Amino acid sequence: MDFELSEAQVDLAAGVRRLCEGRFPLEVVRRAEGADQVVDRATWHALSDAGVFALCLPEDAGGAGLGLAEAALVFEELGRSLLAGPLVATHLAAGLIDGADDGSTVVGLVERPDPPPTVADGGSPVPVLVEHLADLDVLLVLSELGISAVDPSSLDATRLRRPMDPLTPVWSLASLPSGAPVAGPEVAKWWLRDGAVLTAALQLGAAAWSTDLAVAYAKQRVQFGRPIGAFQAVKHLCADMAVRTEVARAAVHAAAVTVDQPDVGDSVVAAAGAKLLADEAALANGRSCIQVHGGMGFTWDVPAHLAYKRARVLAGQFGTAESLAESLAESLAESPAGGHPG
Amino acid sequence: MDLRYTPAEQEFRHHLRSWLAGVLPSLPPKPQPDDWAGRRSYDTRWQRLLFEAGYAGVDWPVEGGGRGSSPVEQLIFKEELERAHAPYVGVNFVGLLHAGPTIIAEGTPAQRRRYLPPILRGDEVWCQGFSEPDAGSDLASLRTRARRDGNEYVVTGSKIWTSHAEVADHCELLVRTGDEGSRHRGITWLILPMDLPGVDIRPLTTIGGSTEFAELFLDEVRVPVANRVGEENDGWRVTMVTLSFERGTAFVGDLLEAVELLATTVSIAQRTGAWGDPGVRRQVGHLRAELDALWALTKRNVSQAARTGVPGIGGTVFKLAYTETRQRLGELSLSLLGRAGLAAEDLELLDGSGLLPCETVVDDWFRGISLTIAAGTSQIQRNIVGERILGLPKEPVAPAAGNR
Repeated sequence: MDFELSEAQVDLAAGVRRLCEGRFPLEVVRRAEGADQVVDRATWHALSDAGVFALCLPEDAGGAGLGLAEAALVFEELGRSLLAGPLVATHLAAGLIDGADDGSTVVGLVERPDPPPTVADGGSPVPVLVEHLADLDVLLVLSELGISAVDPSSLDATRLRRPMDPLTPVWSLASLPSGAPVAGPEVAKWWLRDGAVLTAALQLGAAAWSTDLAVAYAKQRVQFGRPIGAFQAVKHLCADMAVRTEVARAAVHAAAVTVDQPDVGDSVVAAAGAKLLADEAALANGRSCIQVHGGMGFTWDVPAHLAYKRARVLAGQFGTAESLAESLAESLAESPAGGHPG
Repeated sequence: MDLRYTPAEQEFRHHLRSWLAGVLPSLPPKPQPDDWAGRRSYDTRWQRLLFEAGYAGVDWPVEGGGRGSSPVEQLIFKEELERAHAPYVGVNFVGLLHAGPTIIAEGTPAQRRRYLPPILRGDEVWCQGFSEPDAGSDLASLRTRARRDGNEYVVTGSKIWTSHAEVADHCELLVRTGDEGSRHRGITWLILPMDLPGVDIRPLTTIGGSTEFAELFLDEVRVPVANRVGEENDGWRVTMVTLSFERGTAFVGDLLEAVELLATTVSIAQRTGAWGDPGVRRQVGHLRAELDALWALTKRNVSQAARTGVPGIGGTVFKLAYTETRQRLGELSLSLLGRAGLAAEDLELLDGSGLLPCETVVDDWFRGISLTIAAGTSQIQRNIVGERILGLPKEPVAPAAGNR
């Protein structure tokens, strides 16, 4: 048992971080704020060249043949860059949807029960909301029963003004066609699990980014004659951010490894726990980062709000706080003493 | 990242597991918490059994008489003992985890020969005399004075939180040999035989009503200079060296105990009907996620120690997160008892389903309160994370501190 990153894993993460810092620094990412389309196709190809989408595809299918552990390290770095777009959906779709693996097809995803209950049958009266619609070549609809594909250009959609995250534009649909089936319940099940792990990895990256930004500011901002980070009131906010990040990182990495090494535990439970804690870390750290910045943190210019808003968006994908906690509780009710791998 | 155990690690686990299965049924019943003589004989007898089976000091280096196991084997050792409900380290704690490793690293050959084997065999028990009524988080301000008189130190002062003092043979004692304001530079590490004249022990009663700790009063106690470990005034460094033995496994038993308590909590909720409340279920689910993550973090810290040979800063992060999770678990289980939590005594349920484990839950809730205080308060731990991990500037120290 050696739960430290291997040298190859450290190099992989460092390579993706260099790519992001070099090609898509925050000022470049922010240029798309408020736009209908935030996916830059050249960026998408650069990500594809770095292997982001085909990472887990077998080598004979043109992929890198790596595991979800490696993908989680890559997505942690993507999360740190605050890069926008349907990254998780396109990664999952590699091998299923033509062109997803090489960056030529941008794939979006929306989760919906199948068949969706009507409002009269107690279904939600809230319209279906779809992220990134104008960027999508394919929209997939994911339920526990399977995955179907919808042509995004065929949809009658209304762009919502003032999306929560200025880098995640949102559309509202009065109705969503059921689309053409592309995969069954087996694939859907692992998509739900792996999607949770990779979304958790994005959240983890955002949580770490918020910590770094807050700490840098706490070292530099002087009040009462000293950097505010010297005061325990501020220092302890930052310490809590670091602790949340480290706990979430252990959970995310363990979940990804458990998917790759099924003998070591229940990967569905591990994925739910990782998503729950990574969501919380990203949300709480995003909030604390604004607080450490004081009044400046409430301005649009200071980017603290971007990670917080992104965390809100991602917290609603692949399981909410409520649904994840419920499923974890059920796992204990089934076997209260069990669950912990040796 | 590999969570699979190697064949050698699995074999270590397998041997240990079968030994435990054979030996545990032969143990006498556990003594009452306040029966200190009984606890000493129970705990030291267990230590003797470990010794005879070759499991004494798994985390001690071979040259100190230990087994010299790898950090991963140490993790497996603690995990298997906890899962099998083996006795706790108990009164052997300070000897095995603190005084012994200190003497291995800093003691003279004569001190190692004299003191190490009795710890491993369970023949002698140690206690710790570090904290003082006026020196808690600020340990370096300690004031228990040691005056050199020929071949002896004459020691006067008081110590607090001295667990197992009533049954200890020796005390690892930090004393001031330097000037009043010398702080870290004027501290010396002594072996205090507990039967010397002038040593007075007064038990302290905790909020849970138990006598876990004692106060130690030292009045002109004459300790031989030969009992000094390390140089005079070098005791702070000696103490810090001890900490470098930690391999990320300090809370393994505790964490697995919390996993069991969560299972108990689920069962209480199911028996009292509270399981129907989604709010209760979500709190339980959340705690499961936290405990799983802390188990993963333990494996990360152990793996890091295995690679580097020294403990990382991860232990601080772990303690901060674990202690607060554990307190939340305690709050939840106590709240689920409702009025049954009004006393620390198991209650017979009226539906014939047996006893509700009120004593365990209430005692655990009491103990939980100490977790964010003992072994470095969470406030001090946050300073450590802020300053040593994040590189934030140090808290300004008042100029008068240590010079009064």
